[in-house]
Amino acid sequence: MTGQANAGRPNQLLRNLNSKIASIPMILTAVVIFFGGTLWTVFYSFTNSKLLPRLSFVGFDQYERLWAAPRWVISIQNLAVYGIFSLIFSLVIGFVLAALMDQKIRFENTFRTIFLYPFALSFIVTGLVWQWILNPEFGVQSVVRSLGWTSFSFDPLYNSDIVIYGILIAALWQGTGLVMCLMLAGLRGIDEDIWKAARVDGIPMWKTYLLIIIPMMRPVFITTLVIIASGIVRVYDLVVAQTSGGPGIASEVPAKYVYDYMFQAQNLGQGFAASTMMLITVAIIIVPWAYLEFGGRKRG
Amino acid sequence: MADTTALNARLAPGPQGKKPRPILAPRNIMLYGALIFAAVYYLLPLYVMVVTSLKGMPEIRLGNIFSPPVEITFEPWVKAWSTACTGLNCDGLSRGFWNSVRITIPSTIVSIAIASINGYALANWRFKGADLFFTILIVGAFIPYQVMIYPIVIVLRELGLYGSLTGLIIVHTIFGMPILTLLFRNYFASLPEELFKAARIDGAGFWMIYFKIMLPMALPIFVVAMILQITGIWNDFLFGVVFTRPEYYPMTVQLNNIVNSVQGVKEYNVNMAATILTGAVPLIVYFISGRLFVRGIAAGAVKG
Repeated sequence: MTGQANAGRPNQLLRNLNSKIASIPMILTAVVIFFGGTLWTVFYSFTNSKLLPRLSFVGFDQYERLWAAPRWVISIQNLAVYGIFSLIFSLVIGFVLAALMDQKIRFENTFRTIFLYPFALSFIVTGLVWQWILNPEFGVQSVVRSLGWTSFSFDPLYNSDIVIYGILIAALWQGTGLVMCLMLAGLRGIDEDIWKAARVDGIPMWKTYLLIIIPMMRPVFITTLVIIASGIVRVYDLVVAQTSGGPGIASEVPAKYVYDYMFQAQNLGQGFAASTMMLITVAIIIVPWAYLEFGGRKRG
Repeated sequence: MADTTALNARLAPGPQGKKPRPILAPRNIMLYGALIFAAVYYLLPLYVMVVTSLKGMPEIRLGNIFSPPVEITFEPWVKAWSTACTGLNCDGLSRGFWNSVRITIPSTIVSIAIASINGYALANWRFKGADLFFTILIVGAFIPYQVMIYPIVIVLRELGLYGSLTGLIIVHTIFGMPILTLLFRNYFASLPEELFKAARIDGAGFWMIYFKIMLPMALPIFVVAMILQITGIWNDFLFGVVFTRPEYYPMTVQLNNIVNSVQGVKEYNVNMAATILTGAVPLIVYFISGRLFVRGIAAGAVKG
């Protein structure tokens, strides 16, 4: 397609002018916001900006302060716990559901609609519903107690040791449908002959899945992994709605730290440093993936 | 029973001529048992929401959250819509609903219009450097929003748009751009090249080809993009808080303010009614669009 665009040859700049004009919004977004904005934030994270951004450099001061702050450390720990469990459970539940859906079942559409509808809901709605279900006075805990098990205790949202798992339950409810859909698409992409061959060789079904199908679905798994992971780093609305970071600071997450310092505590420098740390986290996930995905293959 | 099994075997595209299994085989019981168990887990919160919103407060205090309402009342819904309080003003969610409408409609239109033209330019009228910008755009989709929020605040403030609806529409356009551009670029690139060439030979230019040929052919992908944007923008919370003044807060923000406000007695039924009302728009879009939604999220999954 590039051929005919390069066919005429008057002025370099005027060539394909309409296309360039039409691409101005994209160019501005890419260069000014995505590239420039990111650099700007990283740059200003080395200043001691408070209410307004100012250019007085303090080196790594903000980062030292950041890692000395208990709230940030808790945020990172929460993100790690939430992230690891969220990855494992999303992949396992998503894959198992997809494998079940792939058994040529009836009512497939109905089941898919049910598994996926939470994904259409916002994190705010998700957080508020689960806040209500996990309410110790009226929710699951009180229902189990009223059935006779009076010592039953399940109040994740009011117990700072396990609050992050309460958020995890809600997040899994919202997001596993998507993972299921992606996995199902992957399973449908597997050649029927593989299954036939495995059946002829007498390999049990679970073994076929574990040793043949899953290794074959590596690209799907990696893509899903990246999608889940970049969602995890961003988790914000869910926590705001479900616990507002409480009890105390037990369920704080990095994205919330950034928002609070930028727009409420008027400590921009801290906000910039924290958001730069988020950027680094994402880069650690994305760069190896992008390298694997696009590094070997020639693009375009 | 018998004919459904036969139907099942006939519909199944897989290996033919296999011995048909009885519908109550242990394998099927396990399979459907697991699926139904999962389905109940996914449906439970929706059920609890609806049931709670139809009860009166005394009943909620006495009963358990899973029991159906003894006395159905729609009062919580009316209250959630028109009189629930967020801080100072008490006009319910209706204000947030209309704000969300005023945000979602123009944002959806603007972002799709711009992204479709971008995608078209990238697919059919590539210029030098276009791929570089596109790569930055796609990589940018993975950068946490928090990193770019403050620079955008500054840009919008300089333009005098910070806090206004226009500002928020621009923000949604910016963050919707990577995925939408990708969607349209891939779609236009998949159309037969001869179409484009023929139009070129007939003397049609950039805009002519876009409006007369590409746009009419791309209607399905426009619908996918619309589903993606309507649900995404309606469900947005972060941009709503950061980029608008309280009088323009979208529905999600207002919902959160109503439910998590500290003053007064907690009215769980009103809260749940408000929650359903806020979730209703994307849910309706989801149930109507069905398969297209799946296609949209499969494409839009990159958005996280």
